[in-house]
Amino acid sequence: MAQSKHEKVERNVFLMIVLTLLTVSVGGLVEIVPLFFQHSTTTAIDHKGNALDVKPYDPVRLVGRDIYVREGCYNCHSQMIRPFRAETERYGHYSVAGEFIYDHPFQWGSKRTGPDLARVGGRYSDEWQRVHLINPRDVVPESNMPAFPWLDRPVKADDIQAKMRALNKVGLHKYSEEEIAAAPAALEGKTELDAIVAYLQGLGTAISNFR
Amino acid sequence: MADFISGFWNMYVMVLVALSILFCVFVLVSNMTKREKGPVELHGHVWDETLAEYNNPLPRWWMYLFWITIVFGVVYLAIYPGFGNVNQHRGQWAQYDAEMQAAEERFGPVFAKYRDMDVMAVAADPDARAMGQRMFLTYCAQCHGSAAQGAKSFPNLTDSAWLWGGEPDNIRETITNGRNGIMPPFGPALGAEGAKDVANYVRSLNGLAHDSLRAQRGKEGFETNCVACHGADAKGNPMLGAPNLTDNIWLYGSSEAVIIETITHGRNNRMPGFGEFLGEDKVHILTAYVLSLSKK
Repeated sequence: MAQSKHEKVERNVFLMIVLTLLTVSVGGLVEIVPLFFQHSTTTAIDHKGNALDVKPYDPVRLVGRDIYVREGCYNCHSQMIRPFRAETERYGHYSVAGEFIYDHPFQWGSKRTGPDLARVGGRYSDEWQRVHLINPRDVVPESNMPAFPWLDRPVKADDIQAKMRALNKVGLHKYSEEEIAAAPAALEGKTELDAIVAYLQGLGTAISNFR
Repeated sequence: MADFISGFWNMYVMVLVALSILFCVFVLVSNMTKREKGPVELHGHVWDETLAEYNNPLPRWWMYLFWITIVFGVVYLAIYPGFGNVNQHRGQWAQYDAEMQAAEERFGPVFAKYRDMDVMAVAADPDARAMGQRMFLTYCAQCHGSAAQGAKSFPNLTDSAWLWGGEPDNIRETITNGRNGIMPPFGPALGAEGAKDVANYVRSLNGLAHDSLRAQRGKEGFETNCVACHGADAKGNPMLGAPNLTDNIWLYGSSEAVIIETITHGRNNRMPGFGEFLGEDKVHILTAYVLSLSKK
């Protein structure tokens, strides 16, 4: 019996692998690759072309962001307000891609045991954030968020320059040598609490809070 | 979206999508074999000495499922964005705008009803109070508590004491633009003993247990350092957010230690403004709700 095309593919492992890769790559080629070549996903503008006031992370907020990741905040908090009224009424304007151009990696998350944090910046006072991180029950008796009492300790500052150099390799923002040189001084005397509060207070402030 | 840096990417997406769909059609068509009359052909392979496999066509219903996915894909691309820049006006943001429009039509009249009413009249309206409570639980309870009872450094809104004044306009201003209450540190001016004396004097003003000798000395320190904001009678000044120190209502606590801490290091307390986020209509109803909490 003559070998069918089908049989040819099944009997040749190498050909099978090549064709499989080709097939599964189509989705990415159509849905992911074009995003690298859009203004609204790579520059500080919203989906309507308006400029956004996105600021690159300064050393303190950068360290705060790493603490956010270290403590696993993303396990319970998303940073992505979807364009639904139910979300914008509670959290503020829906998130747009241009807000996240300096995030490597982004913290969008998908799990909301706690509220979304995409626009938490400025929503509470620094004092509230501190009290709440040390023990959430002190301000919200009903809260089931874990306490993070150990955050009131000095930040680990010895690797900040390496972090900034690493971000220069992947990020859109290039820290200058002066900025990198000044980073350890900026972290002098800061606690982890200072850093994560600075990070939280900057979240979502690039766009007007009004829904 | 789809604001590509060049027209190429638009074409790129369209061509790849079209080719993918056509390829799926080709694969389906080339596998649509019909069962021939006569004995069914066997695949060439045999396992375990006797186990062979019939070469039957793929089940019809199963093939139809594939056709349905292709039809679905084409219909979807005809209605929603996905095929390059086509249908961008029907994307998620347009749907959001439509949702907001519908909500405005439904809830706009509800807000309009209260917009021109006096705050006190709104506060007396049970429906408005119910709305106000839901908003309070969403936007305010995190700091002021679900029963507006407050917490250390976050004011209780159910008592009669107001840091910044309890008139409707004061409350509206507080919600809209927030407040920043600053007390400078007096540790350097008073010293440790002086701060303890003043703390005892402040406690004496509220009828709390105190050392009367210290309180007597503290009166002097109070008159030198504190009256500018808290007033000679220590009844506070709502223009500055300086609390009344005679009503036995405490933001940070009434113990000697806490009062000494306040005097020595000062306080810097801030409430963020919610005017931009909530808009005037909601602030109006929240103002009325907050008023109703203490005026019952």
